[in-house]
Formats: sequence, C-alpha cells, structure tokens
Amino acid sequence: MKRSILAAAALGMTVPAVAQAEGSLNLYIWSDYITDAAIERFAEEYDVDVTVDVYDSNETLEARLMAGATGYDIVVPTADFMARQIAAGVYQPLNYDLLPNASNMDADLMAEAASFDPENEHAVIYMWGTTGIGYNIDMIAERLGEDYEVDSWSLVFDPEIAAQVADCGISFLDAPTEMFPAALAYLGRDPQSRETEDLEAAAELLGSVREYVRYFHSSQYISDLANGETCVSVGWSGDVFQAADRAAEADRGVNVWYAIPKEGALVWFDMLAVPEDAPNVENAHAFINYLMEPDVIAEITNYVWYANANEASVPMVDEEITSDPAIFPTDEVMDRLFTAVTYGSRVDRVISRLWTGVRTGQ
Amino acid sequence: MSGASATPGRGRLALPPAMIAAPLVVIALMLGRHWLFLPEDLVLLIGAALLFAFGGFVLGRLVGLPDRWIVIAVPMLWLVVFFLVPFFVLGRISLAETMIARPPYSPLWERGDDGGIEIIASLENYRFLLSDALYVNAYLSSLKIAAISTLFALLIGYPIAYYIARSPEPRRSILLLLVILPFWTSFLLRVYAWIGFLRRDGVINNLLTWAGIIDEPLVMMQTDFAVYIGIVYTYLPFMILPLYANLVKLDGALLEAASDLGASPVTTFLTVTLPLSVPGIVAGSMLVFIPAIGEYVIPALLGGPDTLMIGRTLWDEFFSARDWPVASAVAIVMLVLVVLPIMWLQSVQNRQEAQE
Repeated sequence: MKRSILAAAALGMTVPAVAQAEGSLNLYIWSDYITDAAIERFAEEYDVDVTVDVYDSNETLEARLMAGATGYDIVVPTADFMARQIAAGVYQPLNYDLLPNASNMDADLMAEAASFDPENEHAVIYMWGTTGIGYNIDMIAERLGEDYEVDSWSLVFDPEIAAQVADCGISFLDAPTEMFPAALAYLGRDPQSRETEDLEAAAELLGSVREYVRYFHSSQYISDLANGETCVSVGWSGDVFQAADRAAEADRGVNVWYAIPKEGALVWFDMLAVPEDAPNVENAHAFINYLMEPDVIAEITNYVWYANANEASVPMVDEEITSDPAIFPTDEVMDRLFTAVTYGSRVDRVISRLWTGVRTGQ
Repeated sequence: MSGASATPGRGRLALPPAMIAAPLVVIALMLGRHWLFLPEDLVLLIGAALLFAFGGFVLGRLVGLPDRWIVIAVPMLWLVVFFLVPFFVLGRISLAETMIARPPYSPLWERGDDGGIEIIASLENYRFLLSDALYVNAYLSSLKIAAISTLFALLIGYPIAYYIARSPEPRRSILLLLVILPFWTSFLLRVYAWIGFLRRDGVINNLLTWAGIIDEPLVMMQTDFAVYIGIVYTYLPFMILPLYANLVKLDGALLEAASDLGASPVTTFLTVTLPLSVPGIVAGSMLVFIPAIGEYVIPALLGGPDTLMIGRTLWDEFFSARDWPVASAVAIVMLVLVVLPIMWLQSVQNRQEAQE
C-alpha cells in the first residue's frame, strides 16, 4: 500500500533505476570483505557487470532488506540475523542444481549453520570467525607486565584490570548481540540465555566497565588498533588480523594480535543469500558457485584473514593462516565456542534498551 | 468589464515554451542515457524537476486555478510529496505494532472473522516514549547540544559576517567565497578531517607537545567537546550568510548619525547595529539550531559513548531494536518539537511586520 502510493507519486522517476542491464550482479557485502581481483575475474569470465556496495553492521543490512526492493542479488548476513530475515520472507531458496561446488563445503560447519537455516535451504557459508579480543601487545605488556597473557574476558570486563589499560584506549563493538553473550560467558552464565535476569546481569557487568571504554563502534577499531590509537578492542577475528596486517605494513612499532578468551566466545557464520526479489537470480547463483571454487575462496581468505568453510580450499590457504589457532581453532577451542541465538521481538527490545543504558549510562 | 480582466495578475499566463518542452526533454534525457551515456542520477534529477514543474502546471490548468495559484502549486506539490506524504506514512507506522514480517510492522487493517474490516492502530508507542526517561533525556540533551552550538556559531559568526559586510568590494567577494569554499568538499570528509586534528596522535596534540605546552596528549576525540567543534564548524556558514545578507544592507548613514550625536562605537553597535540585525540573527540561528537537533553523523563520528542525541536514539530503535513503529513515533515527536518553535517564530515575525 505504502509503496504503491510512493511509486505513483514518484511518476516516471523510478523507471530508469529499476531497469537492469542484462548480465549484471549487485553485491551487498561487509566492508573489506572480498578482493577486487576475485570480483574482476568473475566479471571477466562470466561477462557480468558487478556492482559492490558495502555496510558495516547487520542492522543496516536488515533495515534495507526489511524495507524491500533493495535491488541486490547477493547479501551477506550473519546467520543469527538471517534466521529472522528468513522468517520474514526475505530470501529465496537456493537452487542447488546451479551450485555444484557446494560439495566442497565442510559438512560439520554447514551443519552448524543449518541450526539457523534448516538444511541450508537459503544460504551457504561465506566466512566464519569468532568475536574475541584484539590487543596491542606492547601497550598491554607495559601496563600489565610482560608475563600477562591475554586469554580471558577479564581484560575488558574486570573493572580493576580494565582501569589499568583504559588510558591507551578500549573499544567495544556497537552490537548488543555480540557483547551480551560475551559478558554472559564471563559471568559463567548461559551465553545463549534470553532470560531478562541474565541479560540484566550482563548489562550491569558491561555498565561497570563503561567508564573505561573509549568508544563503541563496529569498524573504526580496525584502523585505530593499527595506528596505536587504541590498545584493546572487542572485535571480530578477521578485522583484528587486518589491523595487525596494516600495523605490520606501516612498520611504526605497533604490534597487534587476537585472542579467543578461555571463558568461551561467539562463533558466527556470514552467509551468502539471495533476496527473494533479486533481479539477477541466475548470476547470483553463478557468483555463489564461483565463490565456492577452492582457489577463489582461498585467495579471499588469504586477504581477509577469515576462515572459510570450504574444505577443498584449505591446502591453498597460506600456512600462516591455517596454522593459527585463532583463525582455525583447535578442536579443544572449538568446544568452548558457542553460536548466537535469534531473540524474539520482546527480548530484542529488552536488549536494545539495556544496551543504550550501557552505552550512555541512561 | 474589460478593465477587470486586465487587472495585473489576473491575466492568463501563456504556457511557457519550456513547460511544453519539459516532457520532450525528459524523453530525450532517457534516450540520452543510452546513447550519450549521461549519468543516471543526473537524468533522474533533471527529469524529476521538469516533471514536477510540468505536472504542477498542467494539474493547475485542469482544475482551472488562476495562474498565480498555479505558480504556488508547484512548490506546494513539492511540499506535499516530499514532506506531507512521508509524514503521514511515518505517522501511520507509528500507530502500528512491530512484527517479524516485511515490512516489519502490522498492517493498517485486517479482515475480521465476520468479514468486516478492523483497523489496527494504537497510541501505545507514544505512551511507551513517555514511560522511559531515556527519550525525554535524549530530546533534552539534543536541544541542549543544539542550543549551545548555535550560541557559539553566533558568537563566532557575527564578527566574521560584520567584518565581511564592512570590507571594501574586491576583498568582500573573496571573503564570501572563502566562507562558501568548504562546501565544495564533502561534508563527511570535512568531519573526518577533524578526526585527524583531534585524535591522540593528531595535529593539535603533536603541535602542543612539540611546543612543550603539554606532556601527555589531550583526549579530545569521542567527547562532547569534539561534537561541539564539529557542529559549530559544519554549520558556521549557515550562520554567517544570513547575518552577512542582513548586515550588508545596514544603512551607513544611521551609524554616522549616531556618532555625530556623540554615541561611542560600542553604544552605536548596541543600540543601532545589533537591533537592526535581529532578523539575520534569528534566520542564522534557526538554520543552525534545527539541523543540529537531529544531527546524527557528527556525534557518531566525533562523539563519545555518552553523547546522547535523538538521532542516535532513533538509529537504535530502528536498527537494533528493529522497532519501526517506536522509531516512527520518536521521529514524529522530534518533528513536532522542531516545527513548533518555527511556527512560533513565524507568527512573531508576522506580527512584527504587521506592526511596521
């Protein structure tokens, strides 16, 4: 109803925008999450015009999807967000006949992702990773001693420890669905809890260290860690490794690394999915299939430093990455990881309100 | 009789050739997009503007409005389509309930079991805004930040505008150009540039450390201080330009008369210049105050976690709580908060003009 009024009011304005050239593909993906080379090669091989737009939060992606008619052919939601979007009817089922490369995928990881999307009907895994702690090795050693080992959430959640590193800058992700499970894990409670009492306890913990947090942001910390502007960030594994990589390249004495806390951490899956109203469904499938070619996805992993779920690609990934337990965790670490949950709208409201309280002290 | 029809303003405007050409130009532009590779946005923009003008004109003719009304009809149509319609869409969402669907709120009506139509609407979301002090605090804090920023923009902008208005001609144009020049760079880039100045390892800290004034870098990023700097800097031209336009019209003879009668420069300024420039002050302050209330980008980039502004609250409702109805209610309340002072000011001004 609403849309038809607007469309009528817009007169002829929308006509040129809707018409898509033949052989195009509109990709909407996280910032810094794919290589230009991979896109160019696809564009050449398949003779398709590829347009790439980027976002830095699941919330932004979801708002656009929920409004409908995005014009995107492929989007990359995180699995717990995707579960809700599937319920709202945002995605179309994948046609696996067009995705022969799906046989390259790691069955265990796909099974994990299937808890959000039964039988992987709507999406395949693009990359996966953990939400842990990125830190500046030297600044932490300077403040907490050479022997201090970053292996616990206490670095950011224990007010006494956080206070000692606050002066060099702590940042948190501005994403309640990442921060609450971490806080619950540190408290020894069920990180997947939806109980208001647990969530309030987590909010109290987060609030108790708020004064030591310089800012809450979900992408800014990459460059800040790399520049030495901040020294501790709760962040996504690959983003922290990108910061480490940039710092090493700049060669200004900044050394960044990443830890999966021993209390457990969130493991998440970013999925390749096709919106229900995608204009170029066939190209979307071709691109997803292309991204499941072992050499293509290995090359991307070598750039973004996130683990992919493509079993056949592992031998082609740099050994530096595959041998790093923070990226390809050992089985023992794997056991401590937990997946996110999809909250209902009542819990969403509770969490959102608690999070505003944590952030602003209101 | 014939005299009446000749009254100025009553005569039929001839359909301007440009108006007739408008649809042709739109078609040409669409073709041009394919053959001349014109950018799509440009085609859309020109096409929309032309269609608007043409649509307003033809509509007015069809309804048989007098021509002078038709001239008003074009901007009116613009207001209706881009302000009133979205406002009602927003108002309608603010009465709905949130749900997991696309779009994520309840429909306006539903077929009941008996086949009748039930309208689903409630003021629950507005009640919710009152039940939590957060929203009131966010509104108040936005008003405070906007008011303080406006004050500083005025204090900085007034002397600049005064100086430009008093400058001799060639210099005046150059100074004006300098005020407008920053607009040639993207607003986002200019705010980003401030990050380079304010951060720990930034220009200001490095200069102060180098000069030996400070030992430890000052923390300026992610503070309210940075937000004020960002807002005042960004909106300063909006303060200077109306003030300049007002001050440049100031009759020099009045100032001479004041000094001939023995008034000191300070007295002259306070009793002549300042009162006469009130319309400029009001216009400039409104242009700074109103966008500053709803500012989202500057506090997001420069502000700290405890910088509470309504723009951010709106973001939270819309994106992280996924509650479009409450977000719409927040927006409607904000709009009312912004529109009411404007209307009040308008009526004050009208009364003043009527008195003169």
